[in-house]
Amino acid sequence: MTTPILKVTGLTMDFGGIRALNRLDLDVCAGEIVALIGPNGAGKTTFFNCVTGIYQPTGGDMILTPPGGHKSINLKGLKPNTVTEKGLARTFQNIRLFSKMTVLENVMIGRHCRTHAFIFGAIFRTKATRKEEKEIIEMSYSLLKEVGLAHLADEFAENLAYGAQRRLEIARALATEPLLLLLDEPAAGMNPQETLQLKELIKKIASAGQAILLIEHDMKLVMSLSDRIFVMDYGKKIAEGVPAEIRANPEVIKAYLGEDIDA
Amino acid sequence: MFSYKEIKKTALISLWFVFLTFPIMVIKVDPIERIVRWRWDNAIYVGVGIFFTRFLIEYLKDRNNKRQAAKRSANKESQPIIHSIIANPKQRNIVIVVLLSTAFIFPFIFSTYQTNIMITALMYVVLGLGLNIVVGMAGLLDLGFVAFYAVGAYSYALLNYHFGLGFWAVLPIGGCLAGLAGLILGFPVLRLRGDYLAIVTLGFGEIIRLVLENWNDFSMGPSGISNIDRPGFFGIELSLNGSIMYLYYIMIVLMIITIFIVNRLQDSRLGRAWIALREDEIACQAMGIDKRKTKLVAFSLGAFWAGIVGVIFAAKTTFINPASFTFLESAIILSIVVLGGMGSIIGVIMGAFILILLPEYLRAFSEYRMLVFGGILVAMMVFRPQGLISNIRRTYTFNKDQ
Amino acid sequence: MDYFIELLFSGLTRGSIYALIALGYTMVYGIIGLINFAHGEIYMIGAFTAFIVATVLSIYGFPLLAIVVVAGVAATVWSSAYGYTIEKIAYKPLRHAPRLSPLISAIGMSIFLQNYVLLAQTSDFLPFPELIPEFAFMEPVAHIVGSSDLVILVTTTIIMLILTFVIKFTRIGKAMRATAQDRTMAMLVGINVNNIISATFIIGSALAAIGGLLIASHIGQINFYIGFIAGIKAFTAAVLGGIGSIPGAVLGSLILGLTESFATGYISSDYEDVFAFSLLVLILIFKPSGLLGKAETQKV
Repeated sequence: MTTPILKVTGLTMDFGGIRALNRLDLDVCAGEIVALIGPNGAGKTTFFNCVTGIYQPTGGDMILTPPGGHKSINLKGLKPNTVTEKGLARTFQNIRLFSKMTVLENVMIGRHCRTHAFIFGAIFRTKATRKEEKEIIEMSYSLLKEVGLAHLADEFAENLAYGAQRRLEIARALATEPLLLLLDEPAAGMNPQETLQLKELIKKIASAGQAILLIEHDMKLVMSLSDRIFVMDYGKKIAEGVPAEIRANPEVIKAYLGEDIDA
Repeated sequence: MFSYKEIKKTALISLWFVFLTFPIMVIKVDPIERIVRWRWDNAIYVGVGIFFTRFLIEYLKDRNNKRQAAKRSANKESQPIIHSIIANPKQRNIVIVVLLSTAFIFPFIFSTYQTNIMITALMYVVLGLGLNIVVGMAGLLDLGFVAFYAVGAYSYALLNYHFGLGFWAVLPIGGCLAGLAGLILGFPVLRLRGDYLAIVTLGFGEIIRLVLENWNDFSMGPSGISNIDRPGFFGIELSLNGSIMYLYYIMIVLMIITIFIVNRLQDSRLGRAWIALREDEIACQAMGIDKRKTKLVAFSLGAFWAGIVGVIFAAKTTFINPASFTFLESAIILSIVVLGGMGSIIGVIMGAFILILLPEYLRAFSEYRMLVFGGILVAMMVFRPQGLISNIRRTYTFNKDQ
Repeated sequence: MDYFIELLFSGLTRGSIYALIALGYTMVYGIIGLINFAHGEIYMIGAFTAFIVATVLSIYGFPLLAIVVVAGVAATVWSSAYGYTIEKIAYKPLRHAPRLSPLISAIGMSIFLQNYVLLAQTSDFLPFPELIPEFAFMEPVAHIVGSSDLVILVTTTIIMLILTFVIKFTRIGKAMRATAQDRTMAMLVGINVNNIISATFIIGSALAAIGGLLIASHIGQINFYIGFIAGIKAFTAAVLGGIGSIPGAVLGSLILGLTESFATGYISSDYEDVFAFSLLVLILIFKPSGLLGKAETQKV
C-alpha cells in the first residue's frame, strides 16, 4: 500500500472540559474518495477545522505527504492559509462565499496562494503580472465550466441559487490545486435533482485523480461515492471500512438508530 | 401615505422630539449673570422640522420601494450615469480631458483664495483615497488615520527645522515614516476583531496627539512649529501666489498618481484579496490568503498616503501644531469615504469635494459642518450604506471557447 | 501616607464614576454586540441637563435639596430618552447589517450629539453649581477625602446593588440575560427582544446620567466635549474587565480609576489621558477578553 496523502493519528480536541475529538485516526490515499459520517454533533466539522488549521488541536498529528516522493509535512500548528498552501482545500457546511464579488472572482481568490504578484506588480503591471493574471482568469473560467457555472461568471455570488453556490465553493477550493479536497456536507439542503448533479460532479472531479474527503449525511450519496468510510460518534471513531462493511456494522446501526441507512 | 394614522404618528414623533430637545434647545442659562433665556421658538422649529423630515423620509422610502419593484418587474438593472460613462471609452476620454483642462486652468481663472481652498479639497481627496484602501477595500475601520497624517506633517516640520531638509526630500521620507508607523502599529493590532480595531486605532491616534502636545523637547508642544519652508521650485524663490499655484499643481499630479495607483491596486491580486478579506476572513484564510500580511499591506499603504499628504499640509500652512490632528480630522476623512461609497474611487473623490467645498462656499452653513458630518455618517449607514456611488465590480474578458 | 490615601480615594471616586458609564457600554455590548460610541455623549447630555435644570432652579431660588432631586431626575429622564431614541434611529435599522455599519453609525451619532450641544448651548466651560455640600462630620479628614468623594462612593455602591438585584432577580433582568445569551432563542420563548434592547439602553443611559451629574458637581465644570474622553475611558474600563460582564465593568473601572490616580499622582499629570489610552491598547492587544470576560470562539 502506498503512503496515504493525509494520515491523521491520535487527533484530540478539547473545548474547555469537553472532548470533541478523542484520539481519532484517519487516512486518505491518492485518488480515493473517503467519507466521514456520524450523527449530528459527532465532531465531524471539528475534525475539518482541526485539519485545516482553524482550530489548534490539543493533541495528535496530521501528516501530509505529497505524492512523488516529496517530504512529509506535519500540519499541526500551521495557520489555515499555510495549510491551504501545503495542499488542503475545503468547502464550508454553511456556505461562505464572498457574496459581493462575482462568481469568477470567487474562483480567482482560490488562485491567490498559487500566484505571486504584489504591490509592485499591481502598480506597474509588469509582463509577469499580466501573464499571471491571464492565467488566473483562464484557469478560473475553466473551473467554472467544469462545475457548470461558466454562464454565471459575472453574477454576484450572492445571487446564485443554493445548489450553484455549493458548486461554486467546490470550484473555488479546486482553484487552489489541492492534494486533498475536503467537502463539508456538500449536499446539505439540496433537492434530489441537485444532489444527483453534485454526485456526478464529485465523480468527475475524482476521476481526474483528485483525492476527496467528504462529510455527508445523505447516506445514498455516501454509499455510492465512497471508496472507504469512517464513522464517528461522540468524537471517537467507531468504524471504518468499505461501504458494504459499514452498512453491516452493528455499532454503526446503533449510533444511527432511528436514522435511515438502508441505501 | 397621508392617512390620518400616519399624520397622527408623525405628530406624536414630533412631539417626542420637542420633549427630547427641550432642555438643550429651549433653555439657555447664564450661570454668571444668573439669567435664564427661554427660547421657545426653537421648540417650534424642532417640532415642525421633524414633522416634515419624517414625511420626506417616508416619501423617499416609498418612492424607492416602488422604483425597486418596477426594476424587478422590468428585470433590468439601471446603471448610474457615471458608470455608463466609464463603460464607454469615448465618453470617458472626453470627460477626462474636460476635467483635466479645467483643473489645469483653474488657478488662472480663480483667485488665490479659491485655489487655496481647492488645494485643501484635493488633499482630502488623496486622504480619502488612502483611507479608502484601508476602510473601503480591506474593511478595516481605522479611526486613527490622522495619526499617520501627523507623522507626515511632523516629519517634514522637524526635518526642515533641525536639518533644513527641503520639501521634495522629505515627501518620500514622510510617506515612508508614516507607512512604517502603520506597519509597527498594525503588526500587533490587526489580529483584533473589527470593532476593537476601530477603538485601538482611535486610542493610538489620541496617544500620538497627546504625546505631541506634551513632549515639548521633541515637538515643541501645543505652540507647534512655524516657519516651515514651502516647496522649492528648482531653487527659485516663488512669490506667495506663485507658491500656492505651484502647490496646487503638485496636488493635482499627486491626486492623479494616487487615483492611478489605487485603481490598479483594486484590480490586482492584492485588491481582490482585500475585498475578499472584507467579506469573509475565515473563507479567505481557507483559500490560502495570509490574513495578517494582506491587512498589514493595506494598513500601511493607507498610512503612506496619509503621510504624504501630511508633508504637503505642513508645507501648505507653514505652521503645524497638535490641534490639527484631532479625532475629528479622522472622522471627517471617514465621512468622505462613507458618503462617497466605501471602495468606490469616484465616490470618494466626489465625497471629498462635497464635504470640503460645500462648507467653504456656504459660509452660513460652515458652523453646522461637524453636525452635518455626524448626521451623514448615521444617515448613510441607515439609508444608503453603499454610498453615493456604489462600487462596480470589474468583469473580466476571457476566451470563452478554450 | 496621607497622600497615598488621598490618591486612593480619588482613584476610587474616579473609578466608580467610570463604572456608571462603563455599565452602559457593557450591557449594550452584551445584548447587541455593539460598541455604543455615542454612550459618552449620553453621559454628557445628562450632565448638561442637570446643569441647566439646577442652574434654573437655583436662579429661581429653590432649596438645595429640591434642586438636587429635580436635577437628578431630569438628567436621568432625559438621558434615558436620548438613549432610547438613538437606538431607534441609528442602531435598530442596522441590526442585520454588516458589523461595521452600526459602529460607523454610532460614531456619527456621537459627533452629531457633541455638535448639537455645542450649537444649542456653548463651547465654553460652564461652572457647575455645587450640589454636594461639605458635611460637618467630614471635617477632620476633609484634607484627604472630600464630602463629594464620599457621596459618589456611597451613591454608586447603592446603584450597583440595585442593578445587581434587577439583573439577577427581576423579570426584565432575566429576560436581558436570556437575550444576551441567544437572541433568537429568547425570541422563541416569547421575550420581546426589541423591548429588552430598549430597556437596556434606557437603564444604561440612566446610569450614565447619574454619573454625569456626580462627576460634574465633583469637578465643578462641564462642556460639550466631556463625553468623548469619559466615554473612551469607560469603554477602556469595560474592556479591561471583560466587555459584556457586569462585575467586570465595575472591576475594570476601579482598576482604571486607581491606575490613573496613582500614575498622575506619582509620575506626571501631563500624560493623564495617555495612561488610559495606553492601557486600552495594551489590553486589547494582549487580553482582548478582559479580566472577567469569556474568550469568544469563532463558529465555522
